[in-house]
Amino acid sequence: MTSPALQARGLRKAYGALVVTDDVDLSLAGGCRHALIGPNGAGKTTLVGILCGAIRPDAGRIALDGADVTREGPHRRVKRGLVRTFQVSSLFPNFSVVDNLYLAISEHAGATTNLFRPAGRQSLLLERVDALIERMGLQDDAYRQVSTIAYGKQRLLELAIALALEPKVLLLDEPAAGIPSAEAGLVLDAIHSLPADIAILMIEHDMQMVRRFAAEVSVLVNGRMLMTGKPEDVMSSDEVRAVYLGRAGNQRFAGDARAG
Amino acid sequence: MIAVERSPLLSRHRFLWPETLFWLAAVAVYLLFPQYLAIATSVMIMALFAVSYDLAIGFGGILTLGHAVFFGIGAYSAAWIALLGWTEPLTGALASGMIAAAFAGALGPFLLRLTGLPLIMVTLGVSVIVHEAANKAGWLTGGDDGLTGFSMSPLLGWFRWSVFGDTKYFYALAWLLVIFYLVRRVVASPFGVALQGIRENALRMRLVGTSTLRHLVVAYSISAGVAGVAGAVSAQTNTFVGLGVLSLDTTIDGLVIVVLGGIGTLYGSLVGAPVYMLVKHFAQQWNPFYWMFVIGTLLIVVVRFGRGGLLGMADVALKRLLRR
Repeated sequence: MTSPALQARGLRKAYGALVVTDDVDLSLAGGCRHALIGPNGAGKTTLVGILCGAIRPDAGRIALDGADVTREGPHRRVKRGLVRTFQVSSLFPNFSVVDNLYLAISEHAGATTNLFRPAGRQSLLLERVDALIERMGLQDDAYRQVSTIAYGKQRLLELAIALALEPKVLLLDEPAAGIPSAEAGLVLDAIHSLPADIAILMIEHDMQMVRRFAAEVSVLVNGRMLMTGKPEDVMSSDEVRAVYLGRAGNQRFAGDARAG
Repeated sequence: MIAVERSPLLSRHRFLWPETLFWLAAVAVYLLFPQYLAIATSVMIMALFAVSYDLAIGFGGILTLGHAVFFGIGAYSAAWIALLGWTEPLTGALASGMIAAAFAGALGPFLLRLTGLPLIMVTLGVSVIVHEAANKAGWLTGGDDGLTGFSMSPLLGWFRWSVFGDTKYFYALAWLLVIFYLVRRVVASPFGVALQGIRENALRMRLVGTSTLRHLVVAYSISAGVAGVAGAVSAQTNTFVGLGVLSLDTTIDGLVIVVLGGIGTLYGSLVGAPVYMLVKHFAQQWNPFYWMFVIGTLLIVVVRFGRGGLLGMADVALKRLLRR
């Protein structure tokens, strides 16, 4: 049996008395489409931080492709194929789209140990930049400073940088958060066209999106995994309704029942 | 296909013709003002020091106030290499630069975990400690008296170090030309591009897989090596090394040149060094007590009205002219 692309066991993280990640297990098979949902403050972003190595867990183990990476820093996990995107765009705001992609691609190709050949003459790297720009439809903004382009385009660039790193496991932290609805379609299309062999864990609030995207859903509440299952099973669970949808959801549910 | 020339970051390897103005002016100084060759030599040395400072602070975002340490190590090393009997200048300067680079390579892994104000303060602290240690270690540095009593062999076995200073001048100019070219290659390389990425957003660079500390240490060592060569050239052309090479004043001179000329450009150092050194020279002649007023005013005006220093101002002015 092959080991899962990513496996986490018994992850725990507390800030003082506040336990933000409480004995969390998670397993992502190669090529899976997994969504992580949960109310605000459930600890979703912290969990992504722990998985990618930016936050050190108090307990638990993380393995990528069967290799234990619990003690490895974020840049080493990236080299092993674990890549994340950010809820709030984290780019190089003073650089152009081309420059942003170049930084990721040249690092991934191991070119940054080269101190002498001009960066602008590495045609192989530039071709890859070009291909990703085309793939994400960023041609019109290619040479514009990233801080000046539309927010939806910045999210696309974030995805493009992640793809440039040729991930095996991709953690998408609310990829559609804060995008004006006019631009949301672009980002959703881009997410749906991500290569099928990448295992993807997506944190998302929008249930429509989760239903369209995920084959499996996990629910995180107060740092604990409440349940994992198929989207329709999870969404029809009373327990999930109670904690995730909250009072408003229950009221609507009750309203529907009365009408029925 | 990517149009590289539209990305300033990826087109730093391109030759810019105004650069030739500097080298032509350097030759013109020799022909027209032979009486000023001594100060012109010190301009070249400070330009070289500023280039090294710009690599660290302008490209790597390494906020250091301790750069004189490497200038000083280079200067004392060059003096000792000559005192010990190896008087060939080129290899002497090269070895001195490598000693400074090695020192930075050892120091870097500890220092460069810091950023911002803590880094400024710690590098300042290191600089003060080294300066004081050099003051105490009279057997090594000559203390207040400095190191003298050494002289260099003729350059390339042929050019004697004449009293007119022309050999010294072209020696310093040649070092600047070669190292400027090499450093420009470094900042234009994928390494240099990544270095500027670290300056912009170090956390993001880690999350594209860069070992930011290793990158910074390499850049810091290269920068220190260049500063060391500058110090060595200073020692060799003056045939004297005093404690001043390690003082905070030396760091400040370099920093002012970088900011005045235009930080993060390399070219700024070529503009800033002559302007700063000449203004300093003539202001000191004008009034030995209040000359700092002139420097201070110049700095305020340039930083206040020109983003990107003198080069930035020239760029804006040129664009306005062309639009008319």
